[in-house]
Amino acid sequence: MKRRVGFKVERRPVASGRVVFFVSLLAILAALVVAGIFFQIYGVSPIRAYQLILRGSLGNRFGLAETVRRAIPLLLCGVGLTIAFRALFWNIGAEGQLLMGAVAAAGVALFSGLPGPLLLPAMFIGGFLGGAAWGLIPAILKVILGLNDVITTLMMNYIAIYFVEWLIHGPWKGPTARGFAYTDTFPRAAWLPTLYGTRIHWPTLVLGLVLAVVMYILVTRTRSGFEIRVIGENPNAARFAGISQLKTTLLVMLISGGFAGLAGVGEIAGIHLRLLGPTHISMGYGYTAIIVAWLARRNPLAVIVTSLLFGVIMAGGDVIKVSLGLPFQLINVFNGLILFFLIGSEILLRYKISFFLRR
Amino acid sequence: MDNSEGYAIELRGIVKRFPGVVANDGIDLKVRRGEIHCLLGENGAGKTTLMRVLYGLYRPEEGEIILNGQPVHMTSPRAALNHHVGMVHQHFRLVPTLSVEENIVLGLDEGTGPFVNFRKTREKISSIANEYGLSVDLQTKVWQLAVGQQQRVEILKALYREVDILIMDEPTSVLTPQEVDQLFTTLRTLVDDGLTIIFITHKLDEVMQVSDRVTVLRKGKVVSTLPTAETDKPTLARLMVGREVVFRLKKGPIKRREKILEVNDLHALNDRGLPALRGVSFDLFGGEILGVAGVSGNGQYELAEVLTGLRKSIKGRVFLAKKEVTNCSAREMNDLNVAHIPAERIRMGIVPALSIRENLILKKYRRPPFSYREFLDNKEIEENAHRAMSDYQIAAPSYETPAKLLSGGNIQKVILARELSENPSLIVAVHPTYGLDIGATEQVRQILLAQRERGAATLLISEDLEEIMTLSDRILVIFNGEVMGILDAESADIEEIGLMMAGTRHKGEEL
Ligand SMILES: Nc1ncnc2c1ncn2[C@@H]1O[C@H](COP(=O)(O)OP(=O)(O)OP(=O)(O)O)[C@@H](O)[C@H]1O
Ligand SMILES: [Mg+2]
Repeated sequence: MKRRVGFKVERRPVASGRVVFFVSLLAILAALVVAGIFFQIYGVSPIRAYQLILRGSLGNRFGLAETVRRAIPLLLCGVGLTIAFRALFWNIGAEGQLLMGAVAAAGVALFSGLPGPLLLPAMFIGGFLGGAAWGLIPAILKVILGLNDVITTLMMNYIAIYFVEWLIHGPWKGPTARGFAYTDTFPRAAWLPTLYGTRIHWPTLVLGLVLAVVMYILVTRTRSGFEIRVIGENPNAARFAGISQLKTTLLVMLISGGFAGLAGVGEIAGIHLRLLGPTHISMGYGYTAIIVAWLARRNPLAVIVTSLLFGVIMAGGDVIKVSLGLPFQLINVFNGLILFFLIGSEILLRYKISFFLRR
Repeated sequence: MDNSEGYAIELRGIVKRFPGVVANDGIDLKVRRGEIHCLLGENGAGKTTLMRVLYGLYRPEEGEIILNGQPVHMTSPRAALNHHVGMVHQHFRLVPTLSVEENIVLGLDEGTGPFVNFRKTREKISSIANEYGLSVDLQTKVWQLAVGQQQRVEILKALYREVDILIMDEPTSVLTPQEVDQLFTTLRTLVDDGLTIIFITHKLDEVMQVSDRVTVLRKGKVVSTLPTAETDKPTLARLMVGREVVFRLKKGPIKRREKILEVNDLHALNDRGLPALRGVSFDLFGGEILGVAGVSGNGQYELAEVLTGLRKSIKGRVFLAKKEVTNCSAREMNDLNVAHIPAERIRMGIVPALSIRENLILKKYRRPPFSYREFLDNKEIEENAHRAMSDYQIAAPSYETPAKLLSGGNIQKVILARELSENPSLIVAVHPTYGLDIGATEQVRQILLAQRERGAATLLISEDLEEIMTLSDRILVIFNGEVMGILDAESADIEEIGLMMAGTRHKGEEL
């Protein structure tokens, strides 16, 4: 009798850590393959392009440093987003929250007149509050008025973007900026220290790593974390258990918005040293962090790894621009592809596909 | 192949393992064409698993499926449908926001291109519905239907797909006695029209009443297959449990204590914004079980929700131990040690993705010893899980198992263990033995009686009149959101309760 290969789709009760890892890897590989087509269209061999990207982002000291400095805002935003996503609050607004954090910190740096050693801590606190405030608005709108969080958080991004534009073209435009749309350069005391010869503003990095661990503990070991998980997994059971939707939603958006705000502080106090155009401050960190958090499967600790991975990709973007003369935006194509395959691969987490011989 | 004549279904040596359990351990099952075949077994015996194998949801490690003499590969529910096998699941699989007819045609190719020709489908649905007495309004959204009606939709959905074999997993657990009778009439008509039905239940009365033959499973193996006419309830019970079972609840005389719950002229709306409770008043005392009898949809669920803080009342007052608790939140009621065994266990009672361990502290994670300040005490939580799993005989590989992987009965045990472990002052129990096997049912009833002995006040809402009669001290009959009367259980007469459930007011003096 002839044998044929059949296959069978079966529900997977729980996806083990290994399965999650390999499925995620598969998604990234698939994105690499499809992105390769784009390199080919530009007449660049994909293999060579990936070699260059890897060498440029990991192969030398400078590239490594660029990778890490790109990973810092992704880490902070990503950790915050895992918390929001766990409570099923779809925060697409980390970009705006990051910018508002930057605005608040710039305000403190330029106008508070605080003495030296107090300035940076005050900027971080201000930045946290700025981002948190921006995140809390959609949270309140959702719980009280039932407005869709995806839409409100997304729209708040544009408000933040134009607010920054207005500030740097208008009231905060620096007298010393020679016609450019910048604020003045921050006083020295508002500059974050960097690792020697790099742009790694290490205090922000340490903050991100500490917060990743703290958030992991929050999720797994605390009452609030338990409430977040229950609301995220079954809102009806949460109501049954008397868990407050209002309190939990506010908490996750305080964290998520606040951390994005901290990322904004890091960028302006560690890299730019002034408030400038929104696309310069952020380069879409807030959006990329959504992918970072998702790839980490909403686990704050895993964000440390995934943010580095996207650090590589972003540093790679510089490489393809400089060495290959290709547009940096190819990176966005690549990010989009990863998200696409990642979401597509969720089906493999829920279903097992097995092959067998059929007589 | 010849010996397969007359068998619609033959399962040979089915083995299905899950991490830590062999759910089906070499099962042979033969079902004759045109019969109602009951599957009987304790919670976790492997009934649902076996049926999911037959329906193409699980692929067995070993074994064969033979339909009408032909070996088949059940690779998916769609393959099952192609072989005319349909299943009504233990927990329904309808889309709540869609209408009845949309749910029925969902996933089928009806009409042209992407459009559904509802005029045509509607005709077909109506004719099936009329033929088998499955009336339900096709335009209504599913979330607005009572469970009994949802089940009709599930059956209609299967019949619409022209199944020859219909699997029903515990279809009667959620039905009122009248609905059960109706269902049985429907099933009989279906069988007369040539369908083959596999019917899972825990109720021996139903086995005796409806089935032609019965197969008993125990711990993943077939114990025996018998013609129903040649067996009786005690035999089946013994086969199921593996030892002699004695049904004897020890219900001591009532020792009424102080008043615990006082409900005064309570009014509330249902989900659709229509009056569900219209002036309900009663008292409930410590050491007493007050049964609430009524046909589903007459306000009893809304009553349970108002009393546990899940629904706001619009008028009237509630007192708990002399303290006013009208419209307290779920959290406040919880802190006042009010236990709630909810009607919708999957939707509300558990968090499916979380472990047994975490589900067991769903309502007490805020209190010591499970947490101090912000921090959870995992050691205490684990110990609590150990204790609960042995006290309530929750069958699972470990307490880390996600609740969604438990068998239906074991999920119910998790809820019971959580709700009853802290000596609650008031217990609001809705269908507490829903889906439990006979052993576990007795155990839960025993527990409720022990709580009564201890002095808890229990409001027992159930559509199982037998359960209400055996456990209650007094019986409140509710109809259309109003109390028809409160009877003494000792002297209550089933006929009279039936009349009151249909809207006749009690004539005797109120108790
Ligand atoms: N997807 C799954 N993953 C892991 N274990 C499972 C899964 N489904 C069922 N089990 C286990 O297999 C055993 C049999 O479960 P099954 O649901 O078939 O029982 P059942 O006879 O239907 O019980 P009940 O009467 O309580 O519904 C149980 O121990 C259950 O925990
Ligand atoms: Mg079952």
